[in-house]
Amino acid sequence: MSDTREISVTVNGETHKDTVETRMHLGDFLRLQLRLTGTHLGCEHGVCGACTVLVDGEAVRSCLMLAVQADGKDVTTIEGIANGEELHPVQRAFRENHALQCGFCTPGMIISLIAFIKENPGATESDIRTAISGNLCRCTGYQSIVAAGVQAASEMSGAS
Amino acid sequence: MKPAPFIYHNPGSMDELAAIMGSVEDVKVLAGGQSLVPMLNMRYAQPEHIVDLNRITDLSGIEDNGDRVAIGAMTRQSALIKSDVIAAKLPIMIDALQWVGHFQTRARGTIGGSLCHLDPSAELPSICLLYDANLTVHGPDGERQIPMTEWPLAYMMPNLGEKDVLVKIEIPVWSGDYGYGFQEYARRHGDFAIVAAGALLKLKGDIVEKVAIVLAGAQQVPYRLSEAEDYLAGKPLDANNLSHVSDIAQQQEAMSDAYIESDYRKRLAGVMTRRALEAAIERAGGAKPS
Repeated sequence: MSDTREISVTVNGETHKDTVETRMHLGDFLRLQLRLTGTHLGCEHGVCGACTVLVDGEAVRSCLMLAVQADGKDVTTIEGIANGEELHPVQRAFRENHALQCGFCTPGMIISLIAFIKENPGATESDIRTAISGNLCRCTGYQSIVAAGVQAASEMSGAS
Repeated sequence: MKPAPFIYHNPGSMDELAAIMGSVEDVKVLAGGQSLVPMLNMRYAQPEHIVDLNRITDLSGIEDNGDRVAIGAMTRQSALIKSDVIAAKLPIMIDALQWVGHFQTRARGTIGGSLCHLDPSAELPSICLLYDANLTVHGPDGERQIPMTEWPLAYMMPNLGEKDVLVKIEIPVWSGDYGYGFQEYARRHGDFAIVAAGALLKLKGDIVEKVAIVLAGAQQVPYRLSEAEDYLAGKPLDANNLSHVSDIAQQQEAMSDAYIESDYRKRLAGVMTRRALEAAIERAGGAKPS
């Protein structure tokens, strides 16, 4: 017996009405039902940060929220942040600073930094390190990711 | 699909909540989900029913009642950290919150969830214990008050029945000028504390008028260092007394686990207590102990 609910959730500007099992977490819903596989699932218990998405503008772990809890909410994933062909400033900073290698942690890093910089304009290098302390990278190392975060913070604060 | 199957309920009011809690067995209450959902994902917890509190807006909010601050159990950690009332009335909570997970988990995590999960290293229960908070619980027999001292029964086991729901936390505020300090040590920022210490301190000249010290992470439940509090009352907080209090902290029992030995936790308890008190002395306008 499975317990299901109808939900209506807006993802990257598009509203989806769908039936979900109530035990399905938001990350699985995005990947398996909406086929938005840019959101990566690493540990699925809230430690690695790879699955971070924006829900009503706030960065949250999509593995720690049930899909049914996203009913009526506005979700933004890594697929929804570029403006057409134009990369988001954080994405561009990652490319320019070689801030990714295998790319597994990258969606979570970028979404986390977008939310953090928006709330903390003028974030310093130390702030950026704290901001990504909940996102694990196992290959590039953090120097280039921090450099990208610092560059993006300075560009985004200058632009606003 | 990570969690085992469950039946999901999301009441929109306290009346609906009471009706659901009265009609189901084998139930877990879902607050922010930052501890329970990992437990569901790993299938440590396999309840038949999940009752989600997130739609009950009455359970969130921070109220300044003069000598008390009342906090709804579903108030997010991110709301506490940004609150002007908390900053003015309970500033040590803001310091402690910097150590609670990461900003992405604080966006969902709640104060009530932290209290009910009752991880031994959790910061918010220790702050509630430091201030002798009073908790309001709704259960099958109506509402009851539980003082924070009676809340932790054992390792991760609050004084809460299966059908009880924590609804409100009332924290008596210290009046007048006082100092505070919160210190924590973890392997990485945002990891579970190995040991954390919090201190509140009111001085009259250089004499201790009132002091409260709490430790988290060292034992299976957070605890007040009452032996040190009693010792310090009416004495100057000079270097000798500070060392003595640090020794008291270090002499308490401490947990061992696969990563951290008991002796290391004891040592940290001494050091964190000393540093928390030093920060409190400075904020209370006291002289640097010498």
